[in-house]
Amino acid sequence: MSKPYEIIIGLEVHVQLLTESKLFCGCSTKFGAAPNTQTCAVCTGTPGALPVMNREAYRLAVKAALGLNCQIATFTKWDRKSYYYPDLPKGYQISQYDQPLSYDGYLDILDPENEEQTRRIGIIRAHLEEDAGKSMHDEVAGKADSRIDLNRTGTPLLEIVSQPDMRSPAEAKNYLTELKLLLNYLNVSDCNMQEGSLRVDANINLHIDTPGGKVATPIVEVKNMNSFRAVERALAYEAERQWEVWQETRQKLGDVPKQTRGWDEGAQITRGQRSKEESSDYRYFPDPDLVPVTMTEEAIEEIRRSLGELPARLRERLVEEYGITAYDSDVLVNQGRSLVDYFVTVADRCGDGKTAANWIQQSVLRTLNEGQIGIDRFPVSAEALADLIKAVLAGKMETSRGREVLARMTETGETAAEAMKGLGIAAVDESELEALCAELLAANPKVVEDVKQGKLKAAASLIGQAKKKNPNVNATRVREICLQLIEQM
Amino acid sequence: MAISRAEVEKVSLLGRLLLSEAELETMTAQMGQILGYVELLNEVDTEQVEPMAHAVEVSDVFRSDEVRSGLARDQALANAPQRDDECYRVPAVLGDS
Repeated sequence: MSKPYEIIIGLEVHVQLLTESKLFCGCSTKFGAAPNTQTCAVCTGTPGALPVMNREAYRLAVKAALGLNCQIATFTKWDRKSYYYPDLPKGYQISQYDQPLSYDGYLDILDPENEEQTRRIGIIRAHLEEDAGKSMHDEVAGKADSRIDLNRTGTPLLEIVSQPDMRSPAEAKNYLTELKLLLNYLNVSDCNMQEGSLRVDANINLHIDTPGGKVATPIVEVKNMNSFRAVERALAYEAERQWEVWQETRQKLGDVPKQTRGWDEGAQITRGQRSKEESSDYRYFPDPDLVPVTMTEEAIEEIRRSLGELPARLRERLVEEYGITAYDSDVLVNQGRSLVDYFVTVADRCGDGKTAANWIQQSVLRTLNEGQIGIDRFPVSAEALADLIKAVLAGKMETSRGREVLARMTETGETAAEAMKGLGIAAVDESELEALCAELLAANPKVVEDVKQGKLKAAASLIGQAKKKNPNVNATRVREICLQLIEQM
Repeated sequence: MAISRAEVEKVSLLGRLLLSEAELETMTAQMGQILGYVELLNEVDTEQVEPMAHAVEVSDVFRSDEVRSGLARDQALANAPQRDDECYRVPAVLGDS
Protein backbone atom coordinates (compact mmCIF):
# COMPACT_ATOMS: atom_id res chain seq x y z
CA MET A 1 0.00 0.00 0.00
CA SER A 2 1.28 3.37 -0.98
CA LYS A 3 -0.70 5.29 1.65
CA PRO A 4 1.14 5.91 4.93
CA TYR A 5 -1.51 4.28 7.09
CA GLU A 6 -2.83 0.97 8.28
CA ILE A 7 -6.59 0.23 8.26
CA ILE A 8 -7.98 -1.21 11.49
CA ILE A 9 -11.32 -3.02 11.24
CA GLY A 10 -13.46 -4.87 13.77
CA LEU A 11 -16.85 -6.36 12.95
CA GLU A 12 -20.02 -6.89 14.95
CA VAL A 13 -22.21 -9.48 13.32
CA HIS A 14 -25.75 -10.35 14.37
CA VAL A 15 -27.15 -13.65 13.17
CA GLN A 16 -30.61 -14.99 13.70
CA LEU A 17 -30.61 -18.45 15.26
CA LEU A 18 -32.60 -21.26 13.63
CA THR A 19 -35.30 -21.75 16.23
CA GLU A 20 -38.99 -22.30 15.65
CA SER A 21 -40.07 -19.91 18.40
CA LYS A 22 -38.74 -16.64 19.82
CA LEU A 23 -36.12 -16.23 22.53
CA PHE A 24 -38.48 -15.58 25.44
CA CYS A 25 -41.93 -16.60 24.21
CA GLY A 26 -43.70 -19.12 21.98
CA CYS A 27 -44.36 -16.84 19.01
CA SER A 28 -43.18 -18.09 15.63
CA THR A 29 -39.94 -16.70 14.14
CA LYS A 30 -40.99 -17.47 10.58
CA PHE A 31 -39.97 -14.77 8.09
CA GLY A 32 -42.45 -13.07 5.81
CA ALA A 33 -45.68 -13.29 7.82
CA ALA A 34 -48.22 -10.47 7.58
CA PRO A 35 -47.34 -7.59 9.97
CA ASN A 36 -48.20 -8.02 13.65
CA THR A 37 -49.49 -11.58 13.36
CA GLN A 38 -46.68 -13.20 15.36
CA THR A 39 -46.76 -11.36 18.68
CA CYS A 40 -47.92 -11.95 22.23
CA ALA A 41 -47.91 -10.20 25.60
CA VAL A 42 -44.18 -10.95 26.09
CA CYS A 43 -42.82 -9.62 22.81
CA THR A 44 -45.07 -6.56 22.76
CA GLY A 45 -43.82 -5.61 26.20
CA THR A 46 -47.18 -5.77 27.99
CA PRO A 47 -46.63 -4.99 31.67
CA GLY A 48 -46.58 -8.11 33.83
CA ALA A 49 -45.66 -10.52 31.02
CA LEU A 50 -42.80 -12.82 31.98
CA PRO A 51 -40.08 -13.92 29.53
CA VAL A 52 -38.81 -17.54 29.71
CA MET A 53 -35.59 -18.60 27.97
CA ASN A 54 -35.77 -20.85 24.89
CA ARG A 55 -33.54 -23.87 25.57
CA GLU A 56 -32.79 -24.49 21.89
CA ALA A 57 -31.71 -20.87 21.33
CA TYR A 58 -29.25 -21.22 24.18
CA ARG A 59 -27.92 -24.52 22.82
CA LEU A 60 -27.46 -23.08 19.32
CA ALA A 61 -25.65 -20.04 20.75
CA VAL A 62 -23.21 -22.27 22.65
CA LYS A 63 -22.74 -24.46 19.57
CA ALA A 64 -21.84 -21.43 17.44
CA ALA A 65 -19.51 -20.14 20.16
CA LEU A 66 -17.70 -23.50 20.31
CA GLY A 67 -17.37 -23.46 16.50
CA LEU A 68 -15.70 -20.06 16.95
CA ASN A 69 -13.26 -21.58 19.44
CA CYS A 70 -14.68 -19.52 22.30
CA GLN A 71 -14.52 -20.20 26.02
CA ILE A 72 -17.99 -21.01 27.35
CA ALA A 73 -19.02 -19.29 30.57
CA THR A 74 -20.17 -21.65 33.29
CA PHE A 75 -22.31 -18.82 34.67
CA THR A 76 -24.06 -16.21 32.56
CA LYS A 77 -26.80 -13.66 33.12
CA TRP A 78 -29.18 -11.32 31.29
CA ASP A 79 -29.16 -7.55 31.29
CA ARG A 80 -31.46 -4.79 30.17
CA LYS A 81 -30.04 -2.35 27.64
CA SER A 82 -32.25 0.72 27.94
CA TYR A 83 -33.06 3.02 25.05
CA TYR A 84 -36.16 4.47 23.47
CA TYR A 85 -37.16 3.59 19.96
CA PRO A 86 -40.64 2.84 18.63
CA ASP A 87 -39.72 -0.67 17.47
CA LEU A 88 -38.58 -1.60 20.98
CA PRO A 89 -41.83 -1.78 22.93
CA LYS A 90 -40.38 -2.50 26.38
CA GLY A 91 -38.00 0.48 26.30
CA TYR A 92 -35.13 -1.95 26.78
CA GLN A 93 -33.53 -4.83 24.94
CA ILE A 94 -32.73 -8.02 26.82
CA SER A 95 -29.06 -8.65 26.10
CA GLN A 96 -25.87 -9.65 27.91
CA TYR A 97 -23.46 -7.08 29.28
CA ASP A 98 -20.64 -8.07 31.62
CA GLN A 99 -21.10 -11.85 31.75
CA PRO A 100 -21.66 -13.05 28.17
CA LEU A 101 -22.18 -16.75 27.51
CA SER A 102 -18.89 -16.99 25.60
CA TYR A 103 -15.64 -15.10 25.05
CA ASP A 104 -12.04 -15.30 23.75
CA GLY A 105 -12.36 -17.23 20.51
CA TYR A 106 -10.97 -16.95 16.99
CA LEU A 107 -11.75 -17.63 13.36
CA ASP A 108 -9.10 -18.46 10.76
CA ILE A 109 -9.75 -16.77 7.44
CA LEU A 110 -8.14 -16.80 4.02
CA ASP A 111 -5.43 -14.15 3.71
CA PRO A 112 -6.44 -12.02 0.71
CA GLU A 113 -2.78 -11.07 0.18
CA ASN A 114 -1.73 -14.70 -0.06
CA GLU A 115 -4.42 -17.28 -0.71
CA GLU A 116 -2.27 -20.11 0.58
CA GLN A 117 -2.17 -18.67 4.06
CA THR A 118 -4.69 -17.99 6.75
CA ARG A 119 -5.05 -15.07 9.15
CA ARG A 120 -6.38 -15.61 12.68
CA ILE A 121 -9.07 -13.10 13.67
CA GLY A 122 -9.81 -12.92 17.39
CA ILE A 123 -13.38 -13.12 18.68
CA ILE A 124 -13.94 -10.97 21.77
CA ARG A 125 -17.30 -12.47 22.65
CA ALA A 126 -20.50 -14.01 21.34
CA HIS A 127 -23.69 -13.43 23.28
CA LEU A 128 -27.45 -13.90 22.98
CA GLU A 129 -29.93 -11.08 22.73
CA GLU A 130 -33.40 -10.36 21.42
CA ASP A 131 -34.16 -8.60 18.17
CA ALA A 132 -36.27 -5.44 17.91
CA GLY A 133 -39.26 -4.90 15.62
CA LYS A 134 -39.30 -3.23 12.24
CA SER A 135 -40.08 0.42 11.47
CA MET A 136 -41.38 1.21 8.04
CA HIS A 137 -41.20 4.77 6.89
CA ASP A 138 -44.20 5.66 4.85
CA GLU A 139 -42.64 7.67 2.04
CA VAL A 140 -45.91 8.00 0.18
CA ALA A 141 -47.73 9.49 3.14
CA GLY A 142 -45.19 12.31 3.09
CA LYS A 143 -43.18 11.34 6.19
CA ALA A 144 -46.28 11.87 8.31
CA ASP A 145 -45.58 8.88 10.51
CA SER A 146 -43.90 5.50 10.73
CA ARG A 147 -45.51 2.07 10.77
CA ILE A 148 -44.35 -0.52 13.27
CA ASP A 149 -44.39 -4.30 12.79
CA LEU A 150 -43.49 -6.24 15.94
CA ASN A 151 -43.27 -9.75 14.40
CA ARG A 152 -39.50 -9.68 14.74
CA THR A 153 -39.33 -8.52 18.37
CA GLY A 154 -37.87 -11.21 20.58
CA THR A 155 -36.30 -13.22 17.75
CA PRO A 156 -33.08 -14.82 19.06
CA LEU A 157 -29.89 -13.16 17.81
CA LEU A 158 -26.30 -14.11 18.41
CA GLU A 159 -24.02 -11.08 18.45
CA ILE A 160 -20.48 -11.99 17.46
CA VAL A 161 -17.90 -9.31 18.18
CA SER A 162 -14.47 -9.62 16.59
CA GLN A 163 -11.23 -8.10 17.74
CA PRO A 164 -10.10 -5.16 15.57
CA ASP A 165 -7.80 -7.63 13.81
CA MET A 166 -8.69 -7.02 10.18
CA ARG A 167 -6.35 -4.85 8.12
CA SER A 168 -8.23 -4.38 4.85
CA PRO A 169 -11.78 -4.35 3.45
CA ALA A 170 -10.90 -7.59 1.61
CA GLU A 171 -10.07 -9.24 4.94
CA ALA A 172 -13.39 -8.11 6.35
CA LYS A 173 -15.12 -9.75 3.41
CA ASN A 174 -13.18 -12.99 3.87
CA TYR A 175 -14.05 -12.98 7.58
CA LEU A 176 -17.75 -12.66 6.77
CA THR A 177 -17.61 -15.35 4.10
CA GLU A 178 -15.89 -17.79 6.44
CA LEU A 179 -18.18 -16.92 9.36
CA LYS A 180 -21.27 -17.51 7.25
CA LEU A 181 -19.89 -20.82 5.97
CA LEU A 182 -19.09 -21.97 9.52
CA LEU A 183 -22.56 -21.05 10.82
CA ASN A 184 -24.15 -22.84 7.86
CA TYR A 185 -22.12 -25.99 8.58
CA LEU A 186 -23.11 -25.79 12.24
CA ASN A 187 -26.72 -25.35 11.16
CA VAL A 188 -27.25 -22.59 13.71
CA SER A 189 -28.30 -19.86 11.26
CA ASP A 190 -29.18 -19.59 7.60
CA CYS A 191 -27.31 -16.22 7.48
CA ASN A 192 -29.64 -14.86 4.85
CA MET A 193 -28.79 -11.16 4.49
CA GLN A 194 -31.84 -10.39 2.35
CA GLU A 195 -34.13 -11.61 5.10
CA GLY A 196 -32.08 -9.86 7.77
CA SER A 197 -30.86 -13.03 9.45
CA LEU A 198 -27.28 -11.75 9.16
CA ARG A 199 -26.44 -8.08 9.80
CA VAL A 200 -23.04 -6.44 9.91
CA ASP A 201 -21.81 -3.33 11.69
CA ALA A 202 -18.18 -2.37 11.18
CA ASN A 203 -15.82 -0.30 13.31
CA ILE A 204 -13.00 1.25 11.38
CA ASN A 205 -10.19 3.74 11.83
CA LEU A 206 -6.68 4.39 10.56
CA HIS A 207 -3.28 4.18 12.19
CA ILE A 208 -1.28 6.85 10.39
CA ASP A 209 2.50 7.09 10.30
CA THR A 210 3.55 10.63 11.18
CA PRO A 211 6.95 12.12 12.00
CA GLY A 212 5.85 12.09 15.64
CA GLY A 213 4.89 8.40 15.59
CA LYS A 214 1.70 6.49 14.90
CA VAL A 215 -1.58 8.40 15.28
CA ALA A 216 -5.06 6.85 15.36
CA THR A 217 -8.02 8.57 13.70
CA PRO A 218 -11.44 8.65 15.43
CA ILE A 219 -13.29 5.31 15.24
CA VAL A 220 -16.36 5.30 13.01
CA GLU A 221 -19.11 2.70 13.14
CA VAL A 222 -20.51 1.92 9.68
CA LYS A 223 -24.02 0.50 9.39
CA ASN A 224 -26.61 -0.27 6.75
CA MET A 225 -24.59 -2.59 4.52
CA ASN A 226 -26.77 -5.11 2.71
CA SER A 227 -24.23 -7.51 1.23
CA PHE A 228 -20.67 -8.65 1.84
CA ARG A 229 -19.67 -6.69 -1.23
CA ALA A 230 -21.30 -3.59 0.21
CA VAL A 231 -19.26 -4.10 3.40
CA GLU A 232 -16.06 -4.25 1.38
CA ARG A 233 -16.94 -1.12 -0.60
CA ALA A 234 -18.21 0.85 2.39
CA LEU A 235 -14.98 0.14 4.29
CA ALA A 236 -12.80 1.06 1.33
CA TYR A 237 -14.74 4.30 0.97
CA GLU A 238 -14.58 5.02 4.69
CA ALA A 239 -10.80 4.47 4.90
CA GLU A 240 -10.27 6.92 2.08
CA ARG A 241 -12.68 9.43 3.67
CA GLN A 242 -10.92 9.23 7.04
CA TRP A 243 -7.57 9.79 5.35
CA GLU A 244 -8.89 12.93 3.66
CA VAL A 245 -10.50 14.20 6.87
CA TRP A 246 -7.24 13.60 8.72
CA GLN A 247 -5.27 15.63 6.21
CA GLU A 248 -7.75 18.47 6.64
CA THR A 249 -8.48 18.46 10.36
CA ARG A 250 -5.72 16.39 12.08
CA GLN A 251 -8.45 15.05 14.38
CA LYS A 252 -7.24 12.16 16.51
CA LEU A 253 -9.01 9.39 18.37
CA GLY A 254 -10.65 10.99 21.42
CA ASP A 255 -10.91 14.49 19.91
CA VAL A 256 -14.52 13.92 18.82
CA PRO A 257 -17.25 11.53 20.02
CA LYS A 258 -17.57 8.21 18.22
CA GLN A 259 -19.49 8.69 15.01
CA THR A 260 -22.01 6.40 13.32
CA ARG A 261 -22.26 6.53 9.55
CA GLY A 262 -24.67 4.73 7.23
CA TRP A 263 -23.71 3.24 3.87
CA ASP A 264 -25.72 4.69 1.01
CA GLU A 265 -25.74 1.93 -1.60
CA GLY A 266 -27.14 4.17 -4.33
CA ALA A 267 -24.56 6.93 -3.89
CA GLN A 268 -21.77 4.53 -2.81
CA ILE A 269 -20.81 6.76 0.12
CA THR A 270 -21.19 6.77 3.90
CA ARG A 271 -23.31 9.48 5.54
CA GLY A 272 -23.15 10.72 9.12
CA GLN A 273 -25.87 9.63 11.54
CA ARG A 274 -26.60 10.59 15.16
CA SER A 275 -23.65 10.49 17.56
CA LYS A 276 -23.32 7.19 19.32
CA GLU A 277 -24.38 7.25 22.94
CA GLU A 278 -21.72 6.24 25.45
CA SER A 279 -22.29 2.67 26.53
CA SER A 280 -23.07 3.82 30.07
CA ASP A 281 -25.98 5.74 28.58
CA TYR A 282 -27.68 2.41 27.94
CA ARG A 283 -27.90 2.00 31.73
CA TYR A 284 -27.38 -1.75 31.65
CA PHE A 285 -28.56 -3.59 34.71
CA PRO A 286 -29.40 -7.24 35.47
CA ASP A 287 -32.87 -8.25 34.27
CA PRO A 288 -34.88 -9.36 37.32
CA ASP A 289 -37.31 -11.27 35.05
CA LEU A 290 -34.72 -13.80 33.93
CA VAL A 291 -32.60 -16.09 36.08
CA PRO A 292 -28.96 -16.87 35.29
CA VAL A 293 -27.90 -19.87 33.23
CA THR A 294 -25.16 -22.24 34.37
CA MET A 295 -23.26 -24.70 32.21
CA THR A 296 -21.43 -27.78 33.47
CA GLU A 297 -18.35 -29.13 31.71
CA GLU A 298 -20.40 -32.19 30.70
CA ALA A 299 -23.12 -30.05 29.14
CA ILE A 300 -20.49 -28.09 27.18
CA GLU A 301 -18.84 -31.32 26.00
CA GLU A 302 -22.18 -32.72 24.90
CA ILE A 303 -22.73 -29.70 22.64
CA ARG A 304 -19.12 -29.90 21.43
CA ARG A 305 -19.76 -33.46 20.28
CA SER A 306 -22.63 -32.21 18.12
CA LEU A 307 -20.46 -29.78 16.12
CA GLY A 308 -19.69 -32.19 13.29
CA GLU A 309 -16.82 -31.60 10.91
CA LEU A 310 -16.13 -27.91 10.39
CA PRO A 311 -14.96 -26.27 7.14
CA ALA A 312 -11.30 -25.73 8.13
CA ARG A 313 -10.78 -29.40 9.06
CA LEU A 314 -12.89 -30.64 6.16
CA ARG A 315 -10.72 -28.77 3.62
CA GLU A 316 -7.64 -30.56 4.97
CA ARG A 317 -9.31 -33.97 5.05
CA LEU A 318 -10.48 -33.83 1.42
CA VAL A 319 -6.91 -33.05 0.36
CA GLU A 320 -5.49 -35.86 2.49
CA GLU A 321 -8.04 -38.55 1.68
CA TYR A 322 -8.96 -37.80 -1.92
CA GLY A 323 -5.70 -36.40 -3.26
CA ILE A 324 -7.35 -33.25 -4.60
CA THR A 325 -5.64 -29.85 -4.59
CA ALA A 326 -6.14 -27.33 -1.79
CA TYR A 327 -7.83 -25.08 -4.32
CA ASP A 328 -10.33 -27.75 -5.38
CA SER A 329 -10.99 -28.64 -1.77
CA ASP A 330 -11.69 -25.00 -0.98
CA VAL A 331 -14.13 -24.67 -3.88
CA LEU A 332 -16.04 -27.79 -2.81
CA VAL A 333 -16.15 -27.00 0.92
CA ASN A 334 -17.25 -23.40 0.27
CA GLN A 335 -20.33 -24.72 -1.53
CA GLY A 336 -21.64 -26.16 1.73
CA ARG A 337 -22.01 -29.49 3.42
CA SER A 338 -24.48 -31.11 0.99
CA LEU A 339 -22.19 -30.55 -2.00
CA VAL A 340 -19.27 -32.05 -0.06
CA ASP A 341 -21.42 -35.10 0.74
CA TYR A 342 -22.25 -35.38 -2.97
CA PHE A 343 -18.56 -35.19 -3.89
CA VAL A 344 -17.59 -37.82 -1.31
CA THR A 345 -20.21 -40.25 -2.63
CA VAL A 346 -19.07 -39.73 -6.24
CA ALA A 347 -15.38 -40.02 -5.34
CA ASP A 348 -15.85 -43.15 -3.23
CA ARG A 349 -17.94 -44.89 -5.85
CA CYS A 350 -15.83 -44.02 -8.90
CA GLY A 351 -12.60 -44.47 -6.97
CA ASP A 352 -10.92 -41.29 -8.29
CA GLY A 353 -11.21 -38.15 -6.17
CA LYS A 354 -9.40 -35.85 -8.60
CA THR A 355 -11.59 -36.80 -11.52
CA ALA A 356 -14.71 -36.56 -9.37
CA ALA A 357 -13.66 -33.04 -8.28
CA ASN A 358 -13.09 -32.02 -11.91
CA TRP A 359 -16.47 -33.26 -13.07
CA ILE A 360 -18.26 -31.57 -10.21
CA GLN A 361 -16.53 -28.25 -10.72
CA GLN A 362 -16.70 -28.19 -14.51
CA SER A 363 -20.14 -29.65 -15.07
CA VAL A 364 -22.22 -29.88 -11.91
CA LEU A 365 -21.40 -26.48 -10.42
CA ARG A 366 -21.93 -24.78 -13.75
CA THR A 367 -25.42 -26.26 -14.02
CA LEU A 368 -26.17 -25.27 -10.42
CA ASN A 369 -25.00 -21.70 -11.03
CA GLU A 370 -26.92 -21.36 -14.29
CA GLY A 371 -30.11 -22.59 -12.71
CA GLN A 372 -29.48 -20.83 -9.36
CA ILE A 373 -30.24 -24.11 -7.59
CA GLY A 374 -28.63 -26.13 -4.82
CA ILE A 375 -27.19 -29.63 -5.15
CA ASP A 376 -30.33 -31.05 -3.51
CA ARG A 377 -32.25 -30.09 -6.67
CA PHE A 378 -29.64 -31.39 -9.15
CA PRO A 379 -31.38 -34.18 -11.12
CA VAL A 380 -28.34 -36.49 -11.41
CA SER A 381 -27.66 -38.54 -8.30
CA ALA A 382 -24.10 -38.92 -7.00
CA GLU A 383 -24.30 -42.65 -7.82
CA ALA A 384 -25.34 -41.99 -11.42
CA LEU A 385 -22.51 -39.46 -11.93
CA ALA A 386 -20.02 -41.91 -10.42
CA ASP A 387 -21.15 -44.61 -12.87
CA LEU A 388 -20.65 -42.21 -15.76
CA ILE A 389 -17.16 -41.26 -14.56
CA LYS A 390 -16.31 -44.96 -14.19
CA ALA A 391 -17.36 -45.57 -17.77
CA VAL A 392 -15.17 -42.68 -18.96
CA LEU A 393 -12.22 -43.88 -16.86
CA ALA A 394 -12.66 -47.38 -18.33
CA GLY A 395 -12.23 -45.89 -21.81
CA LYS A 396 -15.80 -46.55 -22.92
CA MET A 397 -15.97 -42.95 -24.17
CA GLU A 398 -13.94 -39.79 -24.10
CA THR A 399 -14.41 -37.05 -21.54
CA SER A 400 -16.02 -34.70 -24.06
CA ARG A 401 -18.51 -37.41 -25.03
CA GLY A 402 -19.05 -38.08 -21.33
CA ARG A 403 -20.06 -34.46 -20.83
CA GLU A 404 -22.71 -34.88 -23.50
CA VAL A 405 -23.98 -37.91 -21.62
CA LEU A 406 -24.12 -35.92 -18.38
CA ALA A 407 -26.00 -33.12 -20.13
CA ARG A 408 -28.56 -35.67 -21.27
CA MET A 409 -28.76 -37.22 -17.79
CA THR A 410 -29.33 -33.74 -16.34
CA GLU A 411 -32.10 -33.12 -18.82
CA THR A 412 -33.86 -36.48 -18.72
CA GLY A 413 -32.95 -37.91 -15.33
CA GLU A 414 -31.68 -41.08 -17.02
CA THR A 415 -28.96 -43.30 -15.56
CA ALA A 416 -25.52 -43.23 -17.19
CA ALA A 417 -26.20 -46.49 -19.02
CA GLU A 418 -29.56 -45.29 -20.32
CA ALA A 419 -28.18 -41.95 -21.48
CA MET A 420 -25.23 -43.62 -23.22
CA LYS A 421 -27.60 -45.93 -25.01
CA GLY A 422 -29.84 -43.02 -25.92
CA LEU A 423 -26.89 -41.22 -27.52
CA GLY A 424 -25.86 -44.37 -29.32
CA ILE A 425 -22.63 -44.67 -27.41
CA ALA A 426 -21.23 -48.13 -27.42
CA ALA A 427 -17.66 -49.12 -26.83
CA VAL A 428 -15.93 -49.79 -30.13
CA ASP A 429 -14.01 -53.05 -29.90
CA GLU A 430 -10.34 -53.27 -30.79
CA SER A 431 -10.65 -55.24 -34.05
CA GLU A 432 -13.25 -52.77 -35.33
CA LEU A 433 -10.93 -49.92 -34.35
CA GLU A 434 -7.93 -51.46 -36.09
CA ALA A 435 -9.94 -52.03 -39.27
CA LEU A 436 -11.04 -48.41 -39.21
CA CYS A 437 -7.48 -47.15 -38.72
CA ALA A 438 -6.13 -49.32 -41.51
CA GLU A 439 -8.82 -47.95 -43.79
CA LEU A 440 -7.87 -44.39 -42.90
CA LEU A 441 -4.16 -44.95 -43.48
CA ALA A 442 -4.86 -46.42 -46.89
CA ALA A 443 -6.92 -43.36 -47.80
CA ASN A 444 -4.31 -40.87 -46.53
CA PRO A 445 -0.86 -41.73 -47.89
CA LYS A 446 0.32 -38.14 -47.40
CA VAL A 447 -0.33 -38.30 -43.66
CA VAL A 448 1.46 -41.63 -43.44
CA GLU A 449 4.44 -40.10 -45.20
CA ASP A 450 4.47 -37.08 -42.86
CA VAL A 451 4.35 -39.22 -39.77
CA LYS A 452 7.20 -41.34 -41.07
CA GLN A 453 9.19 -38.10 -41.46
CA GLY A 454 8.64 -37.51 -37.78
CA LYS A 455 5.73 -35.06 -38.02
CA LEU A 456 3.63 -36.82 -35.41
CA LYS A 457 1.18 -33.93 -35.34
CA ALA A 458 -0.06 -34.94 -38.78
CA ALA A 459 -1.86 -37.87 -37.15
CA ALA A 460 -4.39 -35.44 -35.70
CA SER A 461 -6.27 -35.22 -38.98
CA LEU A 462 -6.80 -38.99 -38.85
CA ILE A 463 -8.54 -38.66 -35.49
CA GLY A 464 -10.98 -36.12 -36.90
CA GLN A 465 -11.81 -38.41 -39.79
CA ALA A 466 -12.19 -41.42 -37.49
CA LYS A 467 -14.67 -39.51 -35.34
CA LYS A 468 -16.72 -38.65 -38.39
CA LYS A 469 -17.00 -42.29 -39.32
CA ASN A 470 -17.81 -43.41 -35.79
CA PRO A 471 -18.41 -40.84 -33.01
CA ASN A 472 -17.80 -43.47 -30.34
CA VAL A 473 -14.14 -44.04 -31.07
CA ASN A 474 -11.59 -43.16 -28.43
CA ALA A 475 -9.26 -40.52 -29.87
CA THR A 476 -6.25 -41.58 -27.81
CA ARG A 477 -6.66 -45.18 -28.93
CA VAL A 478 -7.06 -44.16 -32.59
CA ARG A 479 -3.83 -42.21 -32.42
CA GLU A 480 -1.98 -45.07 -30.74
CA ILE A 481 -3.18 -47.66 -33.23
CA CYS A 482 -2.44 -45.48 -36.27
CA LEU A 483 1.10 -44.77 -35.08
CA GLN A 484 1.62 -48.45 -34.40
CA LEU A 485 0.39 -49.46 -37.84
CA ILE A 486 2.57 -46.84 -39.55
CA GLU A 487 5.59 -48.08 -37.68
CA GLN A 488 4.90 -51.60 -38.89
CA MET A 489 4.59 -50.46 -42.53
CA MET B 1 -24.31 15.32 47.71
CA ALA B 2 -24.43 11.78 46.26
CA ILE B 3 -25.65 12.92 42.86
CA SER B 4 -25.21 16.18 41.01
CA ARG B 5 -27.94 18.19 39.37
CA ALA B 6 -26.22 17.69 36.01
CA GLU B 7 -26.42 13.92 36.43
CA VAL B 8 -30.12 14.10 37.22
CA GLU B 9 -30.64 16.20 34.13
CA LYS B 10 -28.81 13.65 32.00
CA VAL B 11 -30.71 10.71 33.45
CA SER B 12 -34.06 12.45 32.99
CA LEU B 13 -33.19 13.13 29.37
CA LEU B 14 -32.23 9.48 28.81
CA GLY B 15 -35.50 8.42 30.49
CA ARG B 16 -37.44 10.92 28.35
CA LEU B 17 -38.72 12.75 31.46
CA LEU B 18 -39.32 16.46 31.06
CA LEU B 19 -38.66 17.90 34.52
CA SER B 20 -39.27 21.51 35.51
CA GLU B 21 -36.63 23.53 37.34
CA ALA B 22 -38.41 22.91 40.63
CA GLU B 23 -38.74 19.18 39.96
CA LEU B 24 -35.04 18.96 39.12
CA GLU B 25 -34.24 20.49 42.51
CA THR B 26 -36.55 18.07 44.31
CA MET B 27 -35.30 15.05 42.39
CA THR B 28 -31.67 15.90 42.97
CA ALA B 29 -32.30 16.12 46.70
CA GLN B 30 -34.46 12.99 46.89
CA MET B 31 -32.22 10.83 44.72
CA GLY B 32 -29.29 12.03 46.79
CA GLN B 33 -31.04 10.79 49.91
CA ILE B 34 -31.80 7.41 48.33
CA LEU B 35 -28.20 6.95 47.19
CA GLY B 36 -26.97 8.11 50.57
CA TYR B 37 -29.09 5.46 52.22
CA VAL B 38 -27.78 2.77 49.89
CA GLU B 39 -24.25 3.93 50.69
CA LEU B 40 -24.74 2.51 54.16
CA LEU B 41 -23.95 -0.84 52.56
CA ASN B 42 -20.36 0.34 52.10
CA GLU B 43 -19.89 -0.26 55.81
CA VAL B 44 -20.33 -4.00 55.32
CA ASP B 45 -17.23 -6.05 54.57
CA THR B 46 -18.05 -7.84 51.28
CA GLU B 47 -14.51 -8.97 50.54
CA GLN B 48 -15.44 -12.67 50.66
CA VAL B 49 -18.95 -12.35 49.20
CA GLU B 50 -19.62 -13.15 45.57
CA PRO B 51 -21.77 -10.55 43.77
CA MET B 52 -25.36 -11.62 43.26
CA ALA B 53 -26.72 -11.66 39.71
CA HIS B 54 -30.28 -12.20 40.81
CA ALA B 55 -32.35 -11.72 43.94
CA VAL B 56 -33.76 -15.25 43.77
CA GLU B 57 -31.37 -18.15 44.05
CA VAL B 58 -32.71 -20.02 41.06
CA SER B 59 -30.99 -20.69 37.76
CA ASP B 60 -31.55 -22.52 34.47
CA VAL B 61 -35.22 -21.98 33.85
CA PHE B 62 -36.00 -22.89 30.25
CA ARG B 63 -38.91 -23.56 27.98
CA SER B 64 -38.82 -25.92 25.00
CA ASP B 65 -38.67 -24.48 21.49
CA GLU B 66 -42.34 -24.85 20.60
CA VAL B 67 -44.55 -22.39 18.78
CA ARG B 68 -47.66 -21.32 20.65
CA SER B 69 -50.31 -19.06 19.27
CA GLY B 70 -50.13 -15.50 20.54
CA LEU B 71 -52.36 -12.52 19.98
CA ALA B 72 -54.58 -12.02 16.97
CA ARG B 73 -53.56 -8.84 15.18
CA ASP B 74 -56.64 -6.89 16.23
CA GLN B 75 -56.01 -7.83 19.85
CA ALA B 76 -52.37 -6.81 19.58
CA LEU B 77 -53.26 -3.44 18.06
CA ALA B 78 -56.32 -2.86 20.27
CA ASN B 79 -54.67 -0.43 22.69
CA ALA B 80 -52.52 1.41 20.19
CA PRO B 81 -53.17 5.18 20.26
CA GLN B 82 -52.82 5.11 16.48
CA ARG B 83 -52.99 2.21 14.07
CA ASP B 84 -54.00 1.16 10.60
CA ASP B 85 -55.19 -2.24 9.36
CA GLU B 86 -51.81 -3.88 9.85
CA CYS B 87 -49.48 -1.76 11.94
CA TYR B 88 -48.97 0.50 14.90
CA ARG B 89 -48.49 4.07 13.73
CA VAL B 90 -46.04 6.32 15.51
CA PRO B 91 -44.72 9.83 14.94
CA ALA B 92 -42.07 9.83 12.21
CA VAL B 93 -38.71 8.56 13.35
CA LEU B 94 -35.99 10.84 12.09
CA GLY B 95 -32.72 9.33 10.98
CA ASP B 96 -31.87 5.69 11.32
CA SER B 97 -31.45 3.58 14.41
